[in-house]
Amino acid sequence: MTMKKFAIELTDIDKRFGAVHANNKVCLQVTEGNIHGIIGENGAGKSTLMSILYGFYQADAGQINVLGNTYIFTDSHHAIAAGIGMVHQHFMLVENFTVLENVILGSEGGALLADGLAAARKELTRLGEEYGLKVNLDATIDTLSVGLQQRVEILKALYKGAKILILDEPTGVLTPQETEELFRIFAALKQQGVTIMLITHKLREIMSITDQVSVMRGGQMVAHRNTCDTDREELAELMVGRKVLLHVDKGPANVRAPLMTVKRLTVADNQGVERLKGVSFELRAGEVLGVAGVSGNGQTELLEALSGITPLTSGSVQVLGMEMDAKHPLSPDILRELGLAHVPEDRHRMGLITEFSASESALLGYHTDASINSGLWLSKAKVDANCEQLMQAFDVRPADPHLKSANFSGGNQQKLILAREMERNPEVLLIGQPTRGVDIGAIEFIHQRIIAMRDAGKAVLLVSVELEEIMSVSDRIIVLCDGAISGRINAEDADERTLGMMMANALDPIDPLQAMNDAKSSSNRTAQELDL
Amino acid sequence: MNRENRITWINRLLLPVLNVLTAFAVTAVVFWLIDVNPLEAAEILLYGAFGYEEGIGYTIYYTTNFIFTGLAVAVAFHAGLFNIGGEGQAYIGGLGAGLAIFMLDPTLGAWLFIPASIIGALLFGALWALIPAYLQAYRGSHIVITTIMFNFLAASLMVYLMVHVLREMGQMTPQSELFPTNAWMPFVHDVAAGMGYSIEASPLNLSVLLALVCAVAVWFFLWQTRWGYAIRATGKNSTAAVYGGIKPKRVIIVAMCISGALAGLVSINELVGYQHRLVMDFHLGYGFGGIAVALMGRNHPVGIIVAALLFGTLYQGGAELAFEMSGVSRDIVVVMQGLVILFCGALEYMYRPWLIRTLAPVAQQISAAGVTV
Repeated sequence: MTMKKFAIELTDIDKRFGAVHANNKVCLQVTEGNIHGIIGENGAGKSTLMSILYGFYQADAGQINVLGNTYIFTDSHHAIAAGIGMVHQHFMLVENFTVLENVILGSEGGALLADGLAAARKELTRLGEEYGLKVNLDATIDTLSVGLQQRVEILKALYKGAKILILDEPTGVLTPQETEELFRIFAALKQQGVTIMLITHKLREIMSITDQVSVMRGGQMVAHRNTCDTDREELAELMVGRKVLLHVDKGPANVRAPLMTVKRLTVADNQGVERLKGVSFELRAGEVLGVAGVSGNGQTELLEALSGITPLTSGSVQVLGMEMDAKHPLSPDILRELGLAHVPEDRHRMGLITEFSASESALLGYHTDASINSGLWLSKAKVDANCEQLMQAFDVRPADPHLKSANFSGGNQQKLILAREMERNPEVLLIGQPTRGVDIGAIEFIHQRIIAMRDAGKAVLLVSVELEEIMSVSDRIIVLCDGAISGRINAEDADERTLGMMMANALDPIDPLQAMNDAKSSSNRTAQELDL
Repeated sequence: MNRENRITWINRLLLPVLNVLTAFAVTAVVFWLIDVNPLEAAEILLYGAFGYEEGIGYTIYYTTNFIFTGLAVAVAFHAGLFNIGGEGQAYIGGLGAGLAIFMLDPTLGAWLFIPASIIGALLFGALWALIPAYLQAYRGSHIVITTIMFNFLAASLMVYLMVHVLREMGQMTPQSELFPTNAWMPFVHDVAAGMGYSIEASPLNLSVLLALVCAVAVWFFLWQTRWGYAIRATGKNSTAAVYGGIKPKRVIIVAMCISGALAGLVSINELVGYQHRLVMDFHLGYGFGGIAVALMGRNHPVGIIVAALLFGTLYQGGAELAFEMSGVSRDIVVVMQGLVILFCGALEYMYRPWLIRTLAPVAQQISAAGVTV
């Protein structure tokens, strides 16, 4: 066997941010032509390490070897020149440019575009054939699916001569089918000698696609494994530093009366495009109803309509003894008073006010509550006490009510929001992406709290793009595709393949007879009422 | 002191001070270019503003106006609104104060006149801000455009009223008849005399106390009440505010009305406190000055009082300068103000990255080992 060369060799990389030791003598060897996974919790130092490798940060100490040469990167251009390409979690594409225009961005080659475009077209056609990366070069980005946009990002990196591709959480936005497609592309790239570094927190993907995997914890590399010699349980334990329950432990649901009945709910956006199209379902006390779907298929609109943020275009929602429809909206504050809590999908855009202190963010939605107001003014003592209590209940760290909300890690911000919405004991809980960007250890905790709410007889609507989460936490699942419900299934009957087909709306239209039987058996409703 | 604290101090204290010093340095260059000794000019300016009792009185009198308009801009700003209509709101506020006084029986006591004129100024100022606020909240017209247009509307309306309706009988000057003396806001020198102290006469009147009360009230309202919370939440992140059950349309209306009302109080200091009649253009410059004051004062009442004092000093000291030095016209005050606004507003972040890098570094830089290829 010949000695394999290392594509990347990092030696004793050290980086501090003030008191935080983000990377502590990190060593990493990535064999050329391999797929190498890097896993670790948030704050483990993965992103810092990759930013150092890509030239965004400079290491305080340590050495970077790329393809046998030693470099000091002070700029991402250096990294690109050395053959490193990065595909970020959030795509860096100009939406109204074509694929071709996007790819040559930054390497236009002269004042006039025509020559550069022609040369790029030739090169991209070649790359596309070589690696099986087929994209219509003249399509504008906004007409492409997320999976195809990601492909453009990969093409962009290859076009700039990348021999090493770093992908940060590449499957977060993909359907299972698109993920499979992406993994096929990885295989083709690997065959052509491209080295791939995959940063992810999905252990299943690590197990199925990588050759080696490195685990980071607390700024240090704690283990390197050949993927075939390890398993998910070991990796999870290495990441967290203790045994982790990967499956949610829950008893059977004790389902009671419906607390929320949604009938033919339709929501149109500002342009008049219908984002939700006649969605009907029931949410009952004592159950978790999962809403699966590729993000952008109406989940956001569903949560915002049900919580009173966006007005309904048509249809109605009965919730906790009140009814809202297009003519009679209920505002978020009224719904909250009725006992409906909402953990929004996007914590920075909606869940908290990043410039406020934690104690002020912990008031959002409850700032008029009698428990924290004394007469005219917000009682500072009560505001702080409220926040301290929430922080304690959900183990938010650091437990400092005066720290700016933006300065908490994503997982702790999420825990603060969850605490705010769950600790007031709502009857109905709408919850969007509860564990997005949250550590494995915290995920376990959050799932337990959701199940505890269910067992206390509350109704929970769980929207998530993580199929594993949907399948393990929910009791029933509905699937949204293009704003309509494309599938209903009990959690115990669901598997990734079936859900994936439903998410792509590739199953036969739901058999109306079957749906009618389901509906009858569950709550004696007729098919007309469910609008099928 | 940790990094977070240091950055706060850089932002709150060091940056404004450096910006003002830079503005003064550039002003010195301007003086030097027009053959005026900058040091001598600075001495005259400071003497004019603080050297004698009457000067101090004028300085605080001007400061009072800037506190009102600075607070007005700040309240709107916390709601995410840029109210540049302080000029018009102050002007119309004056109309409100004047009408309130003329409507009452001149024999009534000051205890009724002064509150009535204050309420008139508050109401009319708020009303003049309400219309742009409504247009912004319910029709989507941009508040910057509408408030600036309302400045012109206010000016035209007042010219019409002063010339045709409110002009004193038999007078050519477009000004109203004198307010009854009962309606005058007491001068500080009169109050002091009543208490046995003798101070030189100046326009300084008790409106300055009203301004300080307003500063405390604004602080209390914005940071200690649920309504203030709603305003700040909307200003920082309106999506999150909607999620939290706050109604941004209402917040826009409330914040703008408070803002307009505060601007309207300029007329209490100017008209009820000093000129004692409705006159033209008493408001000129204070509305826009308020923007700079709020910017410099970081939209916080304490900062606003400090910044207002700086602007009051420039106003009074500059006037003295123009009077004392033959080569200097009063426009030099405008130049200095302009420079302060330029460095505190437009070039706000010029020093910031550098200061943060030197005074609150993220980590010690240890040179990386290795060879560059």
